[in-house]
Amino acid sequence: MMTILDSSVLPGIGQGPAARPVRLSVNNLNVGFSHHGTVRPVVRNVSFNLEEGQCVAIVGESGSGKSVTARTLVGLTGQHAVVDAGGIRLGDDDLTALSPKRWRSIRGRRIGFILQDALVSLDPLRPVGKEIEEALTLHGWGDRASRKRKVLDLLASVGVPAPRNRARQRPDELSGGLRQRALIASAIALDPEIVIADEPTTALDVTVQAQVLLLLEDMKRRGTSILLISHDLSVVAHLADQILVMSGGEVVEQGTAHSILTDPQHPYTQGLINAVPSRDTRGSRLAPAREVAPVHTAAHANDDHAGFDGPVLEATGLVKHFTAPDGSRTAAVNDVSFSLGRGETLGIVGESGSGKSTTARIALALENADAGTVRLLGQDWSAIPETRRRRLRKQISVVYQDPLSSFDPRWNTERILLDSLPAGAFATAAQRRERVLALLAQVGLPDSVLHRFPLQLSGGQRQRVAIARALAPSPSIVVLDEAVSALDVSIQAQILDLLVDLQRQFGLSYLFISHDLGVISHMSDRVLVMKDGFVVESGTADQIFTAPAHPYTKELLGALPTLDENHSVSVSPAASVPPATEGSAP
Amino acid sequence: MTGVLERTVAPVQRRRRVRVGFLASAVTIGVFLAAAVTPHVLAPSDPFTMDFTRALQSPSLAHWFGTDESGRDLFSRVIYGARESLAIGVGAAGLGVLVALVLGSIAALAGRILAGIVNRVIEVLFAFPTLLLALLLVSILGSSPLTLVIAVGLGSAPGYARMVRGQILSSKNSGYVEAARALGHARFTIFRRHILPNALRPLIAIFTMGVGQSIVWASGMAFIGLGVAPPSPEWGALLDAGRAYITQASWLIVLPGFVIVVLALAATTLGKHIQSSLEKGDA
Repeated sequence: MMTILDSSVLPGIGQGPAARPVRLSVNNLNVGFSHHGTVRPVVRNVSFNLEEGQCVAIVGESGSGKSVTARTLVGLTGQHAVVDAGGIRLGDDDLTALSPKRWRSIRGRRIGFILQDALVSLDPLRPVGKEIEEALTLHGWGDRASRKRKVLDLLASVGVPAPRNRARQRPDELSGGLRQRALIASAIALDPEIVIADEPTTALDVTVQAQVLLLLEDMKRRGTSILLISHDLSVVAHLADQILVMSGGEVVEQGTAHSILTDPQHPYTQGLINAVPSRDTRGSRLAPAREVAPVHTAAHANDDHAGFDGPVLEATGLVKHFTAPDGSRTAAVNDVSFSLGRGETLGIVGESGSGKSTTARIALALENADAGTVRLLGQDWSAIPETRRRRLRKQISVVYQDPLSSFDPRWNTERILLDSLPAGAFATAAQRRERVLALLAQVGLPDSVLHRFPLQLSGGQRQRVAIARALAPSPSIVVLDEAVSALDVSIQAQILDLLVDLQRQFGLSYLFISHDLGVISHMSDRVLVMKDGFVVESGTADQIFTAPAHPYTKELLGALPTLDENHSVSVSPAASVPPATEGSAP
Repeated sequence: MTGVLERTVAPVQRRRRVRVGFLASAVTIGVFLAAAVTPHVLAPSDPFTMDFTRALQSPSLAHWFGTDESGRDLFSRVIYGARESLAIGVGAAGLGVLVALVLGSIAALAGRILAGIVNRVIEVLFAFPTLLLALLLVSILGSSPLTLVIAVGLGSAPGYARMVRGQILSSKNSGYVEAARALGHARFTIFRRHILPNALRPLIAIFTMGVGQSIVWASGMAFIGLGVAPPSPEWGALLDAGRAYITQASWLIVLPGFVIVVLALAATTLGKHIQSSLEKGDA
C-alpha cells in the first residue's frame, strides 16, 4: 500500500517516508492551564512531523495530555491555556501566533477535526446534510447548487448509503456508524491536508469501529495526513506510521509503529502493551504485581449453600419485551438460556442493543422477565416476590460500569461499605468496622480512602470500592456489567487481575458482561455471543475464539483490532455496504 | 520554556466578585434577623408612640425614613415589623416546601393511578392564580397573618412540587438506588437513606429563595388589604397604610418597599449561592 502511494504521489523520488513533504511540524510544544494564578503544565516538549499521506498516532491514557495536544493544533485550547512552542508549522505557515480569525480560516479548510462522539458534536436539530453544507458555506465554497452536490458526493465518499435520503435526516435518526461517517464527511468537506481525529472510534461498537478505521485508511491512501489520538494501542496499530506514547504530559517514547509495537523500550509502553487483554493473556497477569500482599481472611463466610452442587445460576428461556415510544414492541431479550457453575466465569459479549445488560438485570432480578425463569443456587429466584427475594440477595451482587453514579454522592467510602454489610451479620460496631477494613484490604485499597467521597477517588479506586461493596455480603455470584469498560487500559489490567485473584480466593462465580472481546476472552471460561436479543453462539472460550461457527461471531472477531500491525481489521461484505435498514437508530 | 509555564498570571476576578455577593447577602440577612430578634436594640424610638405634631414629616436625620400620618417614626416601625414579616416569609416558604415535598414524593413514587391524580392536582394548582386562591382563603378563614401564610404557602407549593418530583425521579432512577436494591434493602430504607436526602439538598436553596419571594407576595396582598391590619408594623401593613398618602408622603410606600426589595434580593442571592455550592459538590 505504501509503495503504491509513494510511486503514484511522488513518482521518480526515492522510496521511504523521508521523501514525502512535511505537512505539519510541531517543535517543542508546551501547554499549561492557568488556575488560581499559577500555570499547571499539562503538555511538555512534544515534537513531531506529520508527512503527506502519513498517520501519526498519539497514544496515552486519560490525563496524558494527548487531547490537549490535538486541540492546541487547531487553536481550541480555551482562554486559560498558556501555549508555548518552538514552532508549529502548517506547510509554510507558522501557527504559533494566529489570531482567532485566522484560526477560523485554517480550521476546516486546512485542518479537519473529528471528535469522539458524533451525537454531541453534530447539531441535534439540523439534518446532517445541512451541517456539512454549513462547513462549505462558512469558507465560501462554490454556489448553492454545487454545495448541495458536494454534500452528496462527500456522504457517498465516506460510505453512507443512499446519501440523498440520509442528508435529510437528523443525527438521532442515524445509527452510530452513519453518524460518525457524517461527522467525518463534514471534517473533510473542504479537502483539508490534515485530519485530526480525537478518539474517533471510542464510542463505537467494534464492527462500526472497523468501518471507520477502514475509512481513515482509505483517506490516508489518498494522501490525507492523519493525526490520530487514541487511548487504545490496538486501534492505532494498523493505521499509524509513527507513534508517540504520552504519559503525564510527556512523550515517553516515540518512533515508528513497528518499533514501538514490536520492541518497546520504555517501561510505560511495555506496560501498556502487556496490559491489553486477549485470549493469549488468559491465566497470566496483565499488570505488574502490586505491593499489596494478598489478604487471607475467613470473613467471606458463605455457608448457606454449602451442600449445593448444581449450577449457582440457571436461566431458562428468558424473554423481555420493551415498548418503543411509537408503541411497537421489540424483544430486547429473546429465548436466552444459560447456566453458571461454581467458580466459573461466563462471559456475555455483544454490541450495544444486543440485550446483554437486560439479561444481567433479569439475572439480578432488578427486572422481571416476560417469560422464562431464573434459579439461584437451585432455588426459585425470578418467580418469587421481592420481599422473599431480599433474603437471597446477598448471594448475588453487581459491579457497574460507572461506579460514580452507583454511589450516593453524599456518602463516603466508609458509609458506602457499612451500608452494604448484610443486616444482622455483625453484632457490634467494632466487628462491622473490622469487616470494612478487611474488604478494603481485599481490593487493595489503603484505610485512608475510608473518609473520602467517591468524587475524591480515582477511577480505579472507585471501581475497587464498587468491588468491595459487591463482596461485602459474601456473595456466591458477582455480575460484572461492563465493569472495566470505562477504565484506562493499565487500570483495567489491575482490576482484571484483582477479579481473577478474588475469584480464586473465594470461589466466586462471575457473570461477565462486556462489549470488549479482548476482555471477554481473557476472563471467560464459557462465552455467550448475543445479537439483537438472541444468543447466536455459545460455547467454551476456546471454541468461540478459535473456531467461531456463527457468521456474526466471525464478523466480530474479524473486526477486532489487534496489536499485530500486519493484521488489518476486516469488515464483512454485509457490513461494508450497510443495508438500507441500518440507517435508523435501534 | 518552563519559565513561561510557571509564571503567574493575574488572579481570576470572578471568584472575588462571587464572594462579595455572598458576603453582602449574608450580612443583610443577618441584620434583618437581628431586627427580628431584638428590635428594641436597633430601633431609635418606640414604633407605636403617636405624636400628631410630627405627622407626615419627610425623611431627615432625626427620622431616617420620615414619619407616618400619626407621627410615628417609620424607621422604627420597619424594624419592629421585621419579626412578623420574616415569620410570614419563613412560614409561607416552609409550608410551600413541606406541601411540595409530600405532593412531589407521591407524584414520583406512588402507583400509576395515585401519581396521576396528584400530578393533575399539582397542575391545577399551578394554573390557579395565587391571588384568586388568596382571596378564596381570606373569604373562608378571614384576614389574618396565618391566612397570609397559608395562601402564599399553598400558592407557591405546586412550583416547588414539580422540582421535588423531578429530583426524586432522577434519584429513584439513579445507579445508587439500583445498587441499594441489588443489596436487598427495603423500599422505605432506600427512600429514607438515599432518595429523601438527595431531594432535600436542592430544597435548602429553593427555601431560601422562597422566603424572599413569599415576603414580596405577602406584602403585595397586604397592600390590597388582604393581609395584616394596621396598626401592626408588618411591612405589608405599612404599605397598606401608606397607600392613602401616596401623593403627599410617597416615602411611606417607597422606603418600606425598598426594604422589602433589599431583603428579597439578599435572600435570592444567598439561595443562589447555596445552590451553586451544592451543585459544585455534586459535580
